[in-house]
Amino acid sequence: MIADLSFWIFSDYAVSTAIKLAVVMLIIPLTSLILVYVFLFKMMAFMQSRLGPMEAGPHGSLQLIAEALKFLQKEDIHPDNADKHVFALAPIIVLMSTFLLYVVLPVGPDLVVEDLDTGIFYAMAVSSLSALGVLMAGWASANKYALLGGLRAAGQLIAYELPLVLAVVGVVIQAETLSLQGIVHAQANWEIFGIGSGMPFIVTQGIGFAIFMVAAQAELTQTPFDMPVAETELVGGFHIEYTGFRFLLFFMAEFGTAFAFASIASVLFLGGWSLPFVDPTANWLNIVGPGVMLAKILFLSMIIFWVRFTYPRLREDQLQKFAWKLLIPAALANIVFTGVFKVAF
Amino acid sequence: MSELVRSYLVVALFGVAAVGMVAVMLGLARFLRPTRPTRQKLIAYESGVDPSGSEWVQSQVRYYVFAVLFVVFDVEAVFIFPWAIQLEDYGLFGLVEMGIFIAILALGLGYAWRKGVLRWA
Amino acid sequence: MTATESAPVEVDVDTDEMIASRRRLLDDGKVLRLSEIDAEQVAGDIDDERMIINMGPQHPSTHGVLRIMFELQGETVVRSKPIIGYLHTGMEKTAEDLSYLQGCTNVTRMDYASNLFTELSFSLAVEKLLGLEIPERATWIRMLMTELNRMSSHLLFLATNGMDLGAVGMMLYGWKEREDVLRFFESVTGLRMNHNYIRPGGVAADLHDGWEDGVARLLAGLPKRLDEFDILMTGQPIWRDRTQGIGVISTEDAVALGATGPILRSTGYAWDLRRDMPYLAYPDVDFDVVVGTYGDTFDRFAIRLNEIRESMRIVEQCLERMPSGDYRTDDRKVTPPPRARIDESMEALIHHFKIFTEGYTVPEGEVYAAVESPRGELGCYIVSDGSPKPQRMHIRGPSFVNLQTLPHVLQGGLIADAVAVISSVDPIMGEVDR
Repeated sequence: MIADLSFWIFSDYAVSTAIKLAVVMLIIPLTSLILVYVFLFKMMAFMQSRLGPMEAGPHGSLQLIAEALKFLQKEDIHPDNADKHVFALAPIIVLMSTFLLYVVLPVGPDLVVEDLDTGIFYAMAVSSLSALGVLMAGWASANKYALLGGLRAAGQLIAYELPLVLAVVGVVIQAETLSLQGIVHAQANWEIFGIGSGMPFIVTQGIGFAIFMVAAQAELTQTPFDMPVAETELVGGFHIEYTGFRFLLFFMAEFGTAFAFASIASVLFLGGWSLPFVDPTANWLNIVGPGVMLAKILFLSMIIFWVRFTYPRLREDQLQKFAWKLLIPAALANIVFTGVFKVAF
Repeated sequence: MSELVRSYLVVALFGVAAVGMVAVMLGLARFLRPTRPTRQKLIAYESGVDPSGSEWVQSQVRYYVFAVLFVVFDVEAVFIFPWAIQLEDYGLFGLVEMGIFIAILALGLGYAWRKGVLRWA
Repeated sequence: MTATESAPVEVDVDTDEMIASRRRLLDDGKVLRLSEIDAEQVAGDIDDERMIINMGPQHPSTHGVLRIMFELQGETVVRSKPIIGYLHTGMEKTAEDLSYLQGCTNVTRMDYASNLFTELSFSLAVEKLLGLEIPERATWIRMLMTELNRMSSHLLFLATNGMDLGAVGMMLYGWKEREDVLRFFESVTGLRMNHNYIRPGGVAADLHDGWEDGVARLLAGLPKRLDEFDILMTGQPIWRDRTQGIGVISTEDAVALGATGPILRSTGYAWDLRRDMPYLAYPDVDFDVVVGTYGDTFDRFAIRLNEIRESMRIVEQCLERMPSGDYRTDDRKVTPPPRARIDESMEALIHHFKIFTEGYTVPEGEVYAAVESPRGELGCYIVSDGSPKPQRMHIRGPSFVNLQTLPHVLQGGLIADAVAVISSVDPIMGEVDR
């Protein structure tokens, strides 16, 4: 039994898993750091003729670390009437959903934590877990604003989840696989009408891409779909009663998920770590791939945050209308067109 | 151990790791943060005044019809995925069949739309 | 201006509608007279699916410390009750203890987004009691400054309105442009806000050298920005969805509730004191009164955006036609002797001392002078007993009166709409609570 256990601990499998785990644990705070600094602090500031943070580190680049340290020192307040256990559990579930998303994200030919067969399907399922956490937070806080925020989050889930899933189907039809690694390879080898090789799916999935990005915006509760948070209406919505570190968890999860969604979109529509006209099995892509992917992710994140800083907020009923009367029919039509395209050519 | 179980074991491990990370950081923060609860501090925030009435109130959820529709369509999505992977093999037959499936659902959506369900009541 | 001095204004509202409006509003207005505890009680008894939620005094979109009690069913507002008084500073009472010269320091702090208008209405009231004619240049300076103030106030509105609806960018763009106007104010009055610049008898100081350049720079830069705001907000589908058809009020209801300013004008009723009960030199300048059609939140936004353009027209004319002359009256009763005279004349010194300690007396009587502030009719009512201090001073604050429309307008909307509507009323709590 003991020999068995030590075999397990020192096996290649266990070691590689431990390394992967450590890398992801490092990456998630790092991604929120990058996104918050580059977009929330600097790009937003420049868009609004300000400088943004300038004091902590060169050009304020260490600001978020200072903020995190500040949050660590803040009191952890549980409201009297709150449902203690659910209240404590909610941010963990939200963060867990972010963590689990990173399992399937490929960044190079061999660089992926676990290339699950169900890949994209798993990612969609796991990402909706965060809505559960948000609903729990809203309900457990024993605060009316939080309750309204939580209910709005639930309402939003049923509005954007479908377009998100249906927009993916077009890509799946073209790639003939659910695995994210498989989808990247499918794009790297894909030729459209015999022209070029390694064209990204966005060439034919333009509508799908647009629907996916809009739905992702809603999933990430970024303006114009930030009704569950809505500072000026619900004063923060579901996380209104959270203080200190627990609030930071929500914050980290928000940006970690934004990063994960940008990477899913880049895998599905922009070819992930692959480059056009490049052999996807080349070993050097393991080095260059993450950089290529990061460039694509930052580009997509820029779009997400650009929209966030520009548009006013929609109303809950307008989101439902938008989703059911525009996004879902468009996504269904996209599936049919892609199917016809696939069978015809 | 089969590949399948192995790969999902990683998923489980990641879930545990997330909880573990939070637990460790919360534990560490315990040494840094003050704990001075006062009565006023523990009252729920309601724009600076004492909350009136109970916080857990029954609230009318306006979008239950949407929720029902959502379930219908989400199940549909589950059926579409296996078809989407195998479309090349099924060929025209699969296309027509799924066309009918989607048409029926679209009809349902159209019906709901026509009936005015897709309005925030 | 008293009613006898200006031509009676033709009121083109339907009388039957008006009576119905009054009656309806009496019912709606009951909530205003309820005490807070009663308001909570009633709701609890009716239906337990309703909840009472307080917005404010500590809430980001209530523009300071306005508190609104909402009775919600889901997210729909069933009833609402604005509660004020969190910023009460007793300014009107304080005024009874300040001489007429000091009065402006007091009133300027009421409407902290458009300070010059309260100063102006106070000064006009005092001057009317004194029967004082002010020099032409002072009149034009007042007009120039108040129109600039209207611009800065409306820019602030655009900023907060954008913010309340979630457009963070707009908030900073609005503030940035407003800052340019405030910088000009600082160069003229020495302060960004709370100027105490317009005083009975004229203004505190003449325009400095090179003021034309400052104004010209403002006029050159702003139109481009306003066009950008049009792109960012006016023509924006989400913005239109969020504001059009929201918070609709009819002309009759607006009149019955005493609403003035952009709220009344948004219903299509062109009522602007600058044109209908002219003061200063407004009859001599060319400008249009901006009106809306639907009385909704979008109209109120668009009116304010376009009123900035109209104000710029007036400012342009002020720039061209600014007369030369004295910036305050030479009536020795209210104007202290020049500094140079004090050194040579004992009488001048005593006179200077008397004006700044005891103040000047104002003939007995009562007077009301109203101006069109960015928020509506801003009036100053003064009762004088012949002493150097007013016996009673009252300000008719447009924000205060406009807040009355809230329970009526919010009814039936969603809570997200409520934020848009409160924002479109543009209340300044300093002036509401006084």
